[in-house]
Amino acid sequence: MMGIVTTISTWLIPCFLLLVLGVAQWKKLPSYELFVEGGKEGVQLAFSLLPFLVGMLVAISILRSSGALDASIGLIAPILTAIGIPPDIVPLALVRPISGNAALGVTSELIATHGPDSFIGRLASTMQGSTDTTLYILTVYFGAVGIKKMRYAVKVGLLADLVGIIASIIIVTLIFG
Amino acid sequence: MVNLIWAFMAIVGIIYAMFNGTMEEVNKALFESADEAVKLSIGLISILVFWLGIMKIAEEAGILRVLAKLLRPIVVKIFPEIPKDHPAMGYILSNFTANIFGLGNAATPLGIKAMEEMKKLSGTDTASRSMITFLAINTAGLTLIPSTVIAIRMQYNSSSPTEIVGTTIIASAAALTSALLLDRFFYYRSLRRKE
Repeated sequence: MMGIVTTISTWLIPCFLLLVLGVAQWKKLPSYELFVEGGKEGVQLAFSLLPFLVGMLVAISILRSSGALDASIGLIAPILTAIGIPPDIVPLALVRPISGNAALGVTSELIATHGPDSFIGRLASTMQGSTDTTLYILTVYFGAVGIKKMRYAVKVGLLADLVGIIASIIIVTLIFG
Repeated sequence: MVNLIWAFMAIVGIIYAMFNGTMEEVNKALFESADEAVKLSIGLISILVFWLGIMKIAEEAGILRVLAKLLRPIVVKIFPEIPKDHPAMGYILSNFTANIFGLGNAATPLGIKAMEEMKKLSGTDTASRSMITFLAINTAGLTLIPSTVIAIRMQYNSSSPTEIVGTTIIASAAALTSALLLDRFFYYRSLRRKE
């Protein structure tokens, strides 16, 4: 199981590249020019993330360096570890459905503090990547077309996030634990 | 909500430091972390440029269209209230394929078009069944390759930045399946309540 998942992880991206460039070559597309055109968006994206990352990393580092984060984690740790949830991941689980960029800040901080190849680092990476930002999506899409009654949409979105978080913990524990 | 959490973290931290005697550490961490955030953003440029560049080629090469064709039979079943050849179906498919390839910026306008078409079908300001199903799938997330997360892992010298792709896809599939099931569950429950 573990072997298959990690092999797929390693092979997926290079094979996808091969497919894209192969098809582009076959269709005689100007692949390099297209690459450069698309890449420009990447520069903008990285810069637009900058203020989100600065804001989040600073706020978390205040909480962590003051000792307040460790103190509050220490308080809830016994309950969480009893049910198999690493306490350090709690801030990410809370922020993830609310703001994608803010959650990215939390994920970066966790990876920086615990290391990318630590259990927490891998769990944060998986949680960040596996669901999208529920409240943002509902606000943008319903707002754009003037829907006032959202009915059970919020419930479905948030419960699915909860399942995603629990699934991340289980899977990362099984594969890397 | 995020405003509240953000301000709360800083305020609690500063007040705690006053009593814990860690103000010096807080002061130091404040500037160090801001510096680190900037370095991180700059470091992300490499992979984001590369990935979005490749995705642009994939889009022009028609790979997204092929995927939309493959997904069509499944998606038609998920949205029983939308006529098969209605424009809403086309936008829903393009939104899903853009999401699968991690093209968030392309997915959002397509999704909004899909919502507009679905509103034409329902004609009210109450969310229709199809709209909720569509958003449930979007909030659960469809991304196959979490490129930003991979970039951050590279930035912190991970020995295998992409090793989390497999776990991410499995967790994502679990969230997606449960979103679809929850959506059905709440829909049928709302029908029963009306009766």
